[in-house]
Parts: sequence; C-alpha cells; structure tokens
Amino acid sequence: MLDSNKDSLKLEAMKRIVAMIARGKNASDLFPAVVKNVACKNIEVKKLVYVYLVRYAEEQQDLALLSISTFQRGLKDPNQLIRASALRVLSSIRVTIIVPIMMLAIKEAASDMSPYVRKTAAHAIPKLYSLDPEQKDQLIEVIEKLLADKTTLVAGSVVMAFEEVCPERIDLIHKNYRKLCNLLIDVEEWGQVVIINMLTRYARTQFLNPNMNESLLEEGNDKTFYGSDEDEDDEEEEEKDKKAEATMAKRKPYVMDPDHRLLLRNTKPLLQSRNAAVVMAVAQLYFHLAPKVEVGVIAKALVRLLRSHSEVQYVVLQNVATMTIKRRGMFEPYLKSFYIRSTDPTQIKVLKLEVLTNLANETNISTILREFQTYIKSMDKDFVAATIQAIGRCATNIGEVRDTCLNGLVQLLSNRDELVVAESVVVIKKLLQMQPEKHSDIIKHMAKLTDNIQVPMARASILWLIGEYCEHVPKIAPDVLRKMAKSFTNEEDIVKLQIINLAAKLYLTNSKQTKLLTQYVLNLAKYDQNYDIRDRARFIRQLIVPTEKSGALSKYAKKLFLALKPAPVLESPFKDRDHFQLGSLSHLLNAKAGGYQELPDWPEAAPDPSVRNVEVKDSVPEWTKCSSREKRKEKKVEKPFYSDSEGESGPTESADSESDSASGSEIGSGIGESGSGSESEESEEGSESEEEEEEEKEEKDKKKIKKELKKPVQESESEQSSEEEERKHERKSKQRKSDSESESDEDDESESESSQSESEDSESEAEVKKKKKAAESKPPSKPVKKETKKEKKEMSLLDLDDFEPAPSPQVTPVSAFLSNSLVTDLEGLSMSDAVLSPAAISPSSALKSYELLHRIRGEGLSVEYCFSRQPFSPDANMVAVQVQFTNNATSETKNLHMEDVKLQSGMRVKEFPEIELLPAGETATAVMGIDFCDSTQAANFQLCTHTRKFFVSIQPPVGELMRPVFLTENEFKKEQGQLMGMNEITEKLTLDAKCRNEHAIVQRVTTAANLSRVPCGSDRECRFAGRTVTSGSLVLATVATKEEGDAQLMVNCEKMVIGTMLVKDIHLALTQ
Amino acid sequence: MIHSLFLINHSGDIFLEKHWKSVISRSVCDYFFEAKEKAVDPEDVAPVLQTPHHYLITIYRGKLFFLSVVQTEVPPLFVIEFLHRVADTFQDYFGECSETVIKDNVVTVYELLEEMLDNGVPLSTESNVLKEMIRPPTTLRSVVNTLTGGSNVGNTLPTGQLSNVPWRRAGVKYTNNEAYFDVIEEIDAIVDKSGTTVFAEIQGVIEACVWLTGMPDLTLSFMNPRLLDDVSFHPCVRFQRWDSERALSFIPPDGTFTLMNYHVGSQNLVAIPVYVKQSISFFESGPCGRLDITIGPKQTMGKTVEALMVKIHMPKAVLCVNLTATQGSYTYDLPTKVLVWDIGRLNPQKLPNLKGSLSLQAGAPKPEDNPSLNIDLKIQQVAISGLKVNRLDMFGEKYKLFKGVKYVTKAGKFQVRT
Repeated sequence: MLDSNKDSLKLEAMKRIVAMIARGKNASDLFPAVVKNVACKNIEVKKLVYVYLVRYAEEQQDLALLSISTFQRGLKDPNQLIRASALRVLSSIRVTIIVPIMMLAIKEAASDMSPYVRKTAAHAIPKLYSLDPEQKDQLIEVIEKLLADKTTLVAGSVVMAFEEVCPERIDLIHKNYRKLCNLLIDVEEWGQVVIINMLTRYARTQFLNPNMNESLLEEGNDKTFYGSDEDEDDEEEEEKDKKAEATMAKRKPYVMDPDHRLLLRNTKPLLQSRNAAVVMAVAQLYFHLAPKVEVGVIAKALVRLLRSHSEVQYVVLQNVATMTIKRRGMFEPYLKSFYIRSTDPTQIKVLKLEVLTNLANETNISTILREFQTYIKSMDKDFVAATIQAIGRCATNIGEVRDTCLNGLVQLLSNRDELVVAESVVVIKKLLQMQPEKHSDIIKHMAKLTDNIQVPMARASILWLIGEYCEHVPKIAPDVLRKMAKSFTNEEDIVKLQIINLAAKLYLTNSKQTKLLTQYVLNLAKYDQNYDIRDRARFIRQLIVPTEKSGALSKYAKKLFLALKPAPVLESPFKDRDHFQLGSLSHLLNAKAGGYQELPDWPEAAPDPSVRNVEVKDSVPEWTKCSSREKRKEKKVEKPFYSDSEGESGPTESADSESDSASGSEIGSGIGESGSGSESEESEEGSESEEEEEEEKEEKDKKKIKKELKKPVQESESEQSSEEEERKHERKSKQRKSDSESESDEDDESESESSQSESEDSESEAEVKKKKKAAESKPPSKPVKKETKKEKKEMSLLDLDDFEPAPSPQVTPVSAFLSNSLVTDLEGLSMSDAVLSPAAISPSSALKSYELLHRIRGEGLSVEYCFSRQPFSPDANMVAVQVQFTNNATSETKNLHMEDVKLQSGMRVKEFPEIELLPAGETATAVMGIDFCDSTQAANFQLCTHTRKFFVSIQPPVGELMRPVFLTENEFKKEQGQLMGMNEITEKLTLDAKCRNEHAIVQRVTTAANLSRVPCGSDRECRFAGRTVTSGSLVLATVATKEEGDAQLMVNCEKMVIGTMLVKDIHLALTQ
Repeated sequence: MIHSLFLINHSGDIFLEKHWKSVISRSVCDYFFEAKEKAVDPEDVAPVLQTPHHYLITIYRGKLFFLSVVQTEVPPLFVIEFLHRVADTFQDYFGECSETVIKDNVVTVYELLEEMLDNGVPLSTESNVLKEMIRPPTTLRSVVNTLTGGSNVGNTLPTGQLSNVPWRRAGVKYTNNEAYFDVIEEIDAIVDKSGTTVFAEIQGVIEACVWLTGMPDLTLSFMNPRLLDDVSFHPCVRFQRWDSERALSFIPPDGTFTLMNYHVGSQNLVAIPVYVKQSISFFESGPCGRLDITIGPKQTMGKTVEALMVKIHMPKAVLCVNLTATQGSYTYDLPTKVLVWDIGRLNPQKLPNLKGSLSLQAGAPKPEDNPSLNIDLKIQQVAISGLKVNRLDMFGEKYKLFKGVKYVTKAGKFQVRT
C-alpha cells in the first residue's frame, strides 16, 4: 500500500503502522518502504512518516540518512511551520553521523526570523547535546544567542536547553536576568516552571540572604520549636521578629537588591496560575528566597492545590510538610484544610497527618487531638497506626498534653485491633521513657498485656520497658520473666533478645529471685538457631555472672545495663529535607536524582550587581533605565503585563507583535542589540519604543530642547536623544560607563551575524520611513538590497539559488554591515539636528569624528566628518564618510558643494549632493563616498559655499579601510593558515591597565578598526576579521592575552602595508 | 524531561506506548506493577516511584494509569500536571478518556502526543491550538474523510501558537454571538456525629462557554468580589486588572473553558443546606446491625435541594442490607461495599428516611467504627456563598452578544461522620 500512488492508501497504511508502534510491536522491517514516503506531499502521511522515522531511525542509521536531504530542503522552506517541523524531526533522529548537519541547522534556525523556528531550535539543542556532548561549546554559543531573544515564545525553551546543557554557566544569565523576570508572566506555563526554578538558583548565588540578620535568632527559635518548654506562640514569634528587626537596625542594615525584589514581585501573580506546577515553582521560590515576613503569601495558593487531583495533593503535601517544619506559622490559619476525609487515599491521609502534627501547638492541640480521636476509629489500619505515632509526637513536643495523650493511648491498649495496640505500645514506650517514675501503673498495665499481644515489636517494647524500669515494678517483673522463659522458644528473635536483656537486668537488681530464671534463659539462648541470640547470651553471661575469669568488666555490669538512657526524640521524617530544592524530584524522594542541581547557599557578600545592570540595559534598554531605575521598574511592571487594552503598549506588545509580524520593524528592534556599534541599538530602539517612553520622553524633552537647535522634533529623533540624555546621566558614574561600553560592544559583535537576515526586512521599512522624514536625499533602498543579496551569496554556506528574500529571507551569516546601514540611516536623521549626537552616542569614540574645517577658518561654517562604517550604497568599493556641516554664523550659507577633487591615481570620490541652504545656527549632514584604493592617502578637495572656497582634505585611518566579515572559528583558522609568513605580523605588547578583560579588548580593537569579532572557544584569545573595502582582501587580527597584561597581537593580511599599519593602530589602542 | 509514556489499563496491560527520546523497554513498568500489586486501591499507588535507572511518575485517571518515565531531575508536579493535561485533551477530543476510545483513535492520539511534547518538553498544550493542527474526530468528518480521502491534520500554521493570545484561534466567526457563564460552587464540609460543623468551605469555579466572532475583549465584574478569598485564573485573565479593580478582564479562548477557580474563605459562615440524622449501630450479639437515616433541609436559601444522594462505604464485614426508603431507591454494591441511596428532590414536608437492618458476616467481629456518609446534592439558581455577577462588557468588537449567567451549588466533599 505504501508504494501506491494514492495518498489515501498510503495514509491508511501509515495509520496501521503507527497503530503497531503504539502497541509496542516492532515495525522496523518496513523501514525502507516508509522512508520513501518522507517526501510525500500529503501532510498527514508526512507527519506519520516522521513519527515512524523518529522511532526507528536509531536502529537503521544508514537507511535513515536517505531522508536527511528532505529535511534539509524543508529547512529552507518559506513556510515557518515546515521549517520548524523539519528541524524538529531532523534533530529527533538520533544518528551520530548527522551531528554536523544538525549543528548547522540549529545555528541557522537560531537566527531565523520566525520565533517559532527559533523556539524549535532551542528545543533541538538538548537533543543534539545528548547525542554528542562534545558539541557543548558550540551549543552554548547558540544558547547564549537565544537567551538574548526577547520573545516570550523562545524564552521558556531556551532556558530548558540551558538547564540541560550548561546549568553551571550562570554568567550567561546576568544580562538576561531582568528581561526574563519581566517576560515571565507572558511565557507559556511550562516555560515558567523551568525559568522560575532556574532563577531560584540564580538568585541564591547573586543576592544576599534576606533573613541574614535573623538567622542567628532563628536558631534560637528552633529550640523553642522542638525544645521542651514549648511556650512560644504567634505573638511571641512576632516579638522575636521585632527583636530581630531591632538587631537588624543595629547591625548593618540589609537592603534588598532591587533585582531580587523584581523577581519576587514578578513571580507573585503567578501564584494565581491554574497550573499546579507553576504555583509550586513560585512557592518554592518564595520559600527559598523571600524574607520571612513575605513567605506567608504562598500558603493560600498551596492550600488551594489541595483541591486538585490526588497526585498533585501528594506532591504538594510533601512540600508543605517540609515547609511546616521551618515556618509553622504560615500554615496555621489553614489548619482545617488539612483535616482528613475518610475517602482520601491512604498516602494522602498519612501526609496530612504529618502536616497536622507539625502544625500542632498548645493553642490548637486540643482541636487536633479531637480530630485524631476520630481518625483512630478509621477502617484504614495503616492510617490508624500513623495517627498513633502522630499523637506520640504531639505528646513529646507539647508538654502540657503529654498526660492526656498517654491516657488516650493507654485506652487504646484495650482496642480490639492488635495492630492498633501494638503501635500504641511502641509509642507509649517512647513516651514513658521521658518520665518513667510517674507511670508505674501504666507499666503494670502493660505487663498484663503480654499475655494477649502477639505482635513481636510490641512484646519486645513491653519487655524492654519492664526491664528498664524494673525498680518501679519490683513484684511484677520477675513474674513476667517467668512467663517469658516459659514461652522463650516460641518467640520471635526480637522478643528473645529483649527477654535476655530483661533477665540480665533483673539479675543485676534482684538476683535473689531471678538467678535461676536467668540461668535458664541464658541456657535456652545458648542453643538458639539465631547466632545473634547465641552471641548475646554468651556476652551477657560473661558480663553478669561473676567468675574468676571475668575481669574488670563485670564490676561495671550494672552501669552498663542500667545506665540512664536518653529519651528518643520523635521527629518528623521531613526534618532537614529542605536542603533539597522544594518541589524537585529529589526532595520528593529524599534522595539526589540524576541531574539535580544543588541549591547553593547564600553568598557571604553579594557579587557585583552591575553585571546585570549594564548588560540588561543593552538587551532590554527600554525596560530598565539606570536613572530612576526603581521608579521606572515599578511602572513597567505594573503597566504592561496583562494590563488592559489601553495600557497594552508595554513590552508585552513589543514582544508579541514581534512574533506576529515577521517583517514589522519590531523585529528589527528585537535584535536591535546586534548592530556593530553601540549606537545602533540606541537609534533603533529610539524609533521603536516610542510609546513606552512617552512619560520619560516628556521630561527629557524639555531639557533637550534647550540644548538643541530649533528644528521640529520628529518622533524618533526625540526618542533617540532622550536616550542620549540617559546616557549622559549614566556617564556620571564612571565605572558603569566603561562597563556598559565594553559589554555592549562585545554583545554586539557576538550577535551581529545572527540577526542580519532579519534586520534586512526592517531595514527596508525603516528606510522608507526615513525617506519620508529626512530632508536629505537618501540612497535608494534598492541598491542596498541588491548588494546584500550579493553579499549573502558570497558568504552563505548553503546553496541559495532558490532564495527569495521577500517572504522569508533565508538565514545566512553575513557580515555586520547590513544593520550598519540601517544604523547610519537612522543616525543620519539624528545627526542632522543634534551636534552632540556622535559624541553622545559613542563616548569612547566608537565613531570618531575628525575636523574638516574649523569654524574660525570657515568664517562660521564648521565641518566635521566621521567614518560611519556602513557600506556606501551607490558603490560598494567606497568608504562612506559622513560629513556634518554646522552654520555658526549669523547669516545663512547657500549652495554647499565640493569642487576640484585632487586624488592619487585610482582613487575615486562620490560627491555629496549639494546642500542648497543652511540657515544660521542649523546643522546638516551629508554622506559622501571615497574609494581610497586601500591606501591611507588623503583625498583633497575644495568645499564651496556661495561666497567662498576652502581647501580641505580627508585622510582615513587604516582601520576604516575595511569592513567586517563574519567567519566561523574554523573558517578563521583556515584563512589564517593561508596567510602565513610575510603576510603575518606579530607584535608583543603590554595591555593598558584598563583593558585587561575581554570586553575592553574587543571594544578597543573594534573602535580602532572596522572589524567584526569571530567566535572563539578560548577565552584568552579574541579574534577579528574584516575585508579591505576596495580589494576585498582578508584582514584577520588576533589578540592573545597572557599573564599580567602581556599580550600578543597578530595580524594576517595579504596587503602587508595595511597589516603593518593596522598592527600599529591596534597596538596604540590597546596600550593607551 | 519526559522520556516515555505508557498507558496502562486497570488490569495491568500496556496498550499504548510512546517514546520521545530513545526507546525504553516496557519492562520498566514492572516496578510499577509491583507497587500496584501491593496497594489495595489503585489510588494508593505512590505517584512517584524510584527504580534503579528511572523514575516513574504516574497518574490515575478514568481507570487508566498514565505512566511516564523520567530519567533526570524534573519537578514532579510538572510531569503530573502535564499528564493531567494530556488526559484533559483526550477528554476534550473524544468526549471521554477511556481505553476503548483511545484504542479506536490511536493515530489521533499519537499525533496529539507528538504535538504536545517535543523531546519530552511540553510544546503546545492549548486545546485551541491543537484543534487547529489536528482536528477532533466527528462522525460527520469521518464520513466525509472516507468519501473524499481528506485528512484530519490541518495543514495551516497554528497561528495561535505565534500570537500573544495563544489560547485563541484566529478568524473565528459565528452568526450567533453568545457568551455563557456558569458559576458553580461546591461545599466542602465535615459534619460531626452530633451535627456540628467541623469544617466547611466553599470552592467555586466559573465555567465559560464563549462563541464570539473575532477578538473580543471581555470584562466580567462581580457585585461582591470581596467574598473571594483566593483565586486562580485561566492564563487569559489579566492579573493586573484583578488586582486593581477586582474585575476579570480577558480575551476568551474559543469554546468552553474554565475561567477561574475561587475559594470562599472559611471566615465567612458557610450555609450547610441539609442536616442529617443518622444512627448506624452494630449489635454486640449476633451478626446484624441497624441503620436509620433521615435528611432534612437546613439553609437552602429558599430553593429546593435536588439530586440528593447518600453514599456510605460500609465496613468489610457487612454482607447485605435490608432497608426500606420512604423516598428514592437504594443499591448496595457487594464487592466495593458501597451503599448508595438516591433520593432525588428533597421534599421539606415529608422528609426522606432510610431504615432497616444490616447483616454481617457470621463470625466476624463487630466493626468498631461507623462508616461516614458522603452526601451529594445540587441546588439550582443559587450560589451558596452569595456571589453575584454584576455585568459583562465587551470591547474590541462591534456586534451585540447574548450573555447569560447560571448559578449552581453542589456538594463537594461533604462528609457526615457517624
């Protein structure tokens, strides 16, 4: 049927096969026939074939390879659903040979523009990892990239991958921490669970213990919890809290990290989730992380779960039992919710009992005991036994009711059920041990029971009691021994041992009456079948019967046997279980499960919180502004999530609409951080996050307007400049600034390749927008597109002949310069009216601007230029130079244009379009292109206004003569291998004290030269790659750091002159 | 996470298995069978079992065991909740969740499981999304399919999965736009032998049935939201609005769903609608006992109590019962020892009574404990807590909608101890 042409027949056949698989029958013989249909057009057949394939591919690896090409084709399908499912099946086939293909597919999908595909990629990561753990490093890179993803769809999946592949790499979380906290509420339920659990661990390593100052007192509390006086109740606890607060005030005041607070606040609404797992996850987070006073909120939610399925109840009760030991007050108001119904399954009953016991204190003990009384009548005998034990525990814990309990238990001794009696005896024995002298009548009563009770454990307990307290019952004890001696041979081992003990003890206290009996018992024991008993008998005989041989020991026999024995402590089996993370499998089993991550202890001192600050600002700048951070966070949290429709302009929307519209400009912003210069994201976000920053904008605008010139304020610009303002605020704190810069740069580099294809779409859109807005003529968008396409073909690793950019651009690694163009386009906008912008955007001169014409020489006209590091769209071989004119004079300047260009041979210039009018006090920007022919020769020309001509020249630093390219590590090594010998220039240098970390190095190098970072497995090396603009020769730079700031710089370049100069420049940048 | 899933029927046959990672032999289930053997009641099997190499997490639903195999640390509730979601989905698709139904629809079940989990990690569990990808079988469709060779699998992209409202299908259209809400309250109570209430609380749920075109944004507000002590919501409800205004604001899923669960605090006095006078006693001499139960109305808010039913788990020794009921009928199931007295409507003028003798197994000792009574009842048109829906507003769509609210009170875990 599978060979048939008809889909319906194939479908029928596949259905039968799948039914076979479902029943667990082997259908592997059909493999070849099924695999043929993998390319079938009918979707249902296809799906079933996938099911089959995933099931049997592992067993038939060779044949499975036949299907791979279909999936590879599927990976390029314009439909995201097909791309996703192809990746899903491809990654589910557990065939080791295809690991490289999978790796490639995952990498590609991780930068797919559809969040759904990216989610699938995140799912695929653990699959690949389990297949080949050696890929870990590469996978971590992908995870890192996906962690930065801002869609809620991806967040859950990637954290799952993170937990499975590299849970120890907590550093990857830093910069995404706040984003995760903020997105949490919109992530799907399953993702929430994983993220919350991960964040719990994270918070344990990063924040201080909120109960730090109370911990000492808590130890004191512990004593009262379990100690003998038992007189503390709620009020007292409160008092203690007050005391704790007082001491807290005296000692170093604890201030909760705002991020810690953020986590607690954002998880709290999830207690209202319908998903029990989510509620439990939040509950454990609060239990482990929240200050003591706040933990109470979880009790209500947990009690609600008790209405759920019995399996859920089981797990929740286990956790509640652990919690009640530590924080009893929390559940006391809900005491009655733990009352037991006769219809509950036994295991639930026992757990509820445990909780009730833990909750018992002198205020509620009477109600609890009354409940217990009804439970004892239950039909469920196991439960009754557990109840008796619980009563025993209540009695030990709460002194006042000990007598009542004891009496109650003694009454149970006359119960008809033997199990109940036996259990009571055991418990009574433990209780009596505490104050034996008062209860000799009970002991007498129990002695009588020996005639009736048959349960060995109970008999043994009674015998032990009598032996231990034989002084209180001097008449009965020998009699009991007599009876026991009679039945000795028929007793269980455990009883026999106790008989021997009893005999020995009696012999020592009352040898007159019992001497013969003891001898008799010991003789019986001597010939017992059990070696333990024979052993014991021999030992005791030596000890107690005085002979010449028995040495010093027999003197101490009395001490040995009748020493005062400490009363056993009846404690909960749930004590100390809380060292396992609550809600985890390990906690439930009270044993470490495979893959369990220990919950770390609180750190002594909090690690630097700034790691989150700056980086988050990069990836989620619109949410966490450093100025007035606290306040803004409040607003953000409250407003956007699950807010009503009118307020729904927050991150919720940005995240969601991103996923909605593939080509929306949101996407561009979603990966906004990927630009190569630190300003890229700023500008992009500026345009995108309008709504969110309205409030902020307003206040900032006022300031800004004063500073800026009068030109009408466009939406996006004002946004940007408000951001700039922000930046300026920050820069006041010096350290932060340097951090932020370096971080952002590093970030950008590593991610630049991922987002190219996506930004393409948004780019074109952004361009359209700009054309409308900007006064200057802009390069048409078409050439840019064409060029990018060309570029892609060069770089792509896959055959892309059928590539259609519009519906779903294929993901291909391209150099960072696509987004660059977008950046500068946007940047152009802002520059036209803000003189400050270049400096403001890139304080460490990521874009260094040079003076072309000083305002004094230019009679009021000042001209600056900078290398915008974007491709010059009309001609790819030209370097784009952005020229900025400012008219400082009182009169307007007209007809700004250039003339009389004097160039070295081969060089070309594309002039900027004439600026007809520059009113006084205004600024204008223009872009010109210069082909420097890969040399640092200056381009000289005349700048003309309607009145005057100025001779000016532009000389490029060597670093600007190249454009970044993306290479993988392997490609980089390969290329480097080809550029050895004369093409390789190495220099040793000592790094500047401020730039000994990776970020700083990356930042400085990329500032000095327009290169892109190459991913690298080693953290001691930073690699960069680029191509010269005109000839396209490769430029590879490597900075290898060694101890104490020593480093080696290596540049490989075909053009030796460029190489030498570049080495000089980078050297300078790194040492200063 | 979840490695494999086995479906096991009551008698211990594995009738379906699905593996998301490499195949695990079904012999792992032996550990489970061992535990099941030991347990008296299937409910007593521990939900989490540890075996040398795996962990088995099991749920018991509709006489079926859903047994999942886990190899590494995972929150157990995560798995349990997911398994219940699977069972819910089956119920939703096939109307019930039983062995025969699953066997009949094994391919659909397999497709569903494939969509719900990827590599053991939950993928899409929203029934609206799933229904878009895999259409639930209906008789009409199966006829059409056999005629035309059509398929059950949607070939469209599950757009819901990509939107910010993953629970709602896109492009919904109805000619009649309707939204109905059922406020169902259950009384959980334990009543003492003497008739005093030991413990009582009200658990409520709002079930919604919404057939609305487009993307409506609904707001439901209550007259007396302060009654609600603790709530949990369907993911569609916006927490923020609840916090600030105590109103439910949401974009509803299409079809029926549970909007919210709530709990009315025990500080409010709970009205117990009926009282029970009972006496069950076993004689010391001779293998017999006597039973006498009368039920009367207590606080019924002026409505009639319907569907009244009493269920008694008798002690093991009770062999047979010989009773007379003044109203309704009774049955006694010997193997499970459950006596069910179905009364129906409670007539305040003539109180129903059940009286008669119980005969015990000869020679067995007199059971010392008295069985407790589980009571089931229903009161229409009233929510016993007094909760009232104030109004329902719709935003975002223009058409007029039909709306309705229904109140029902039921007995939840209502137990009378004897």
